[in-house]
Amino acid sequence: MSVIRIDDISRVFSHDRSGVVALDHVSLEIADREFVAIVGPSGCGKTTCLRMVAGLEFPSSGTVSVDGKKVLRPGPDRAVVFQQFALFPWKTVYENIELGLRAQGMAAAKRREVIERYVDLMNLRGHERAYPHQLSGGMQQRVAIARAYALDPGVLLMDEPFGALDAQTRVVMQEELVRVTRANPRTVLFITHAVEESVYLADRVVVMTSRPGRVKEIVDVRSVREANQWDQYKRIEDVMDLDSFVRLRTHIWKSLRDEHSGTERVAA
Amino acid sequence: MKLQHVVRSEMDPVSLVRRTDATHAAEARRLARNSAREAQGRSPRGGTFWALSAAGLIAFFGIWWLAASAELIPAMFLPTPLAVARRFIDLLTHPFVGFTLEQHLWSSLQRYLMGLVLAITIGVPLGLMMGWFRWLDYIVSPLFETLRFIAPIAWVPFAALWFGTGMGGPVLIIFAGAFPPCVVNAYRGAKQVDGRLLEAARMLGLSNRMIVCEVLLPGALPAVIAGLRVAAGLGWMSLVGAELIVASSGIGYMMVKGQAAIDTATVMSAMIAIGMVGALIDLLLGRTEAFAMRHRHRARQ
Repeated sequence: MSVIRIDDISRVFSHDRSGVVALDHVSLEIADREFVAIVGPSGCGKTTCLRMVAGLEFPSSGTVSVDGKKVLRPGPDRAVVFQQFALFPWKTVYENIELGLRAQGMAAAKRREVIERYVDLMNLRGHERAYPHQLSGGMQQRVAIARAYALDPGVLLMDEPFGALDAQTRVVMQEELVRVTRANPRTVLFITHAVEESVYLADRVVVMTSRPGRVKEIVDVRSVREANQWDQYKRIEDVMDLDSFVRLRTHIWKSLRDEHSGTERVAA
Repeated sequence: MKLQHVVRSEMDPVSLVRRTDATHAAEARRLARNSAREAQGRSPRGGTFWALSAAGLIAFFGIWWLAASAELIPAMFLPTPLAVARRFIDLLTHPFVGFTLEQHLWSSLQRYLMGLVLAITIGVPLGLMMGWFRWLDYIVSPLFETLRFIAPIAWVPFAALWFGTGMGGPVLIIFAGAFPPCVVNAYRGAKQVDGRLLEAARMLGLSNRMIVCEVLLPGALPAVIAGLRVAAGLGWMSLVGAELIVASSGIGYMMVKGQAAIDTATVMSAMIAIGMVGALIDLLLGRTEAFAMRHRHRARQ
């Protein structure tokens, strides 16, 4: 059981004497094995939200807890997949995945078994001895996902994991992630600014307002997905053609669009 | 604290660091010139540079020889290059104050290696840990920032008092010379490790020991090795200074005794040996540095 509870959190960044409110009384509960995506304009604090669940940042007020325990520090029970991969450049693919397992004190034979499993899961077979810089961005992110999954975490936190990838690679990775997370469900918090991605991947999509970040609306995708059996399609474009998908996407798109134009007015 | 770090890096003890920077800049200029030359259809001529270097040496020895042989300065104070060369070769087989030149060198090198190894094994871990544990940084920094401006030679009175003319004195002084660059560079290297990697390390549940050994050390490695190079140079220079005063063998000791005997050719032979060994050490460490950096250039892309 891994339930994330974000309870009335605010985050104020202080610049000189004035404070900038990044997050304004945000509450959100993510059920066990639920996949929740947060979409919002840039600067709305969605990444800050994720980093608070990770224990890398802390709210100015309110609490973040996982399984009823207040988050105080980062840990392998809440694995993070970073946008810039954050792989150790002096370690091979194998060693990168292995590091977290060694920290847990897992025996070498058992480590090998676990690593093999996730190497296979993320289609990394044959690249175990490569160094990150020898791999494409897409491959590097596969390693980062394998590293996160190998920790066997209750919670997976993904911070725009495909944001640094080119469009084609991105589509492949989205399909892979659907395959992997449907087969090995975890409680997932996924941050993105791409609407299609959020609808394609998530059970629920949280739309946030521009700064100060608030929860604008929460869209239930799962019931629509299951009613229309999206998962029978292997390819993302087939899902994206479905009327049910288009309706949801357009709805979220409009909701976000209001936020964007709002920001521009302020800027002008 | 932040400001202090900036100041610290500006005031690096180590003109040698700047020298390496200057060497890099010169290298970049040379490459630029070469490619310009290639664009004009001329090939870069390595021979020219060798010729210039040789010309510099010839001019140096020429002026020295002229000055000495014209007896502008009495031969007792300035021997001719030829006299020095003869003395140098002679010293390789005939003992001076008990030992031959290479025996003196060997005894110097032993002290040098002891002091240097001691400085590295204490200094590098300390610097890395100061870069990770903020409390340690606060404890050590004020003390270290004061002590490191005391020239290694300033430790001579204590070296003599504590160790007499034994091994310990020179080792202490080399340590005093080599320790600060080890600490400073390891610290700066640790501070420059990508913060995202440290976040990943904490997320993976790495212990502090694992973070220092497997993230900070490899991440700081280029800076650490640059620091070792500086430490090696400063240590070698401190050693000779130390041996002038607190030793009963070694290359510096040889110089003192040579001076006492007004045997300037011996003094100069020792100076030449010091210079050559120093250059050799730097060359070896330069190679090590290039070897350690071979992955980094590709990793940057």
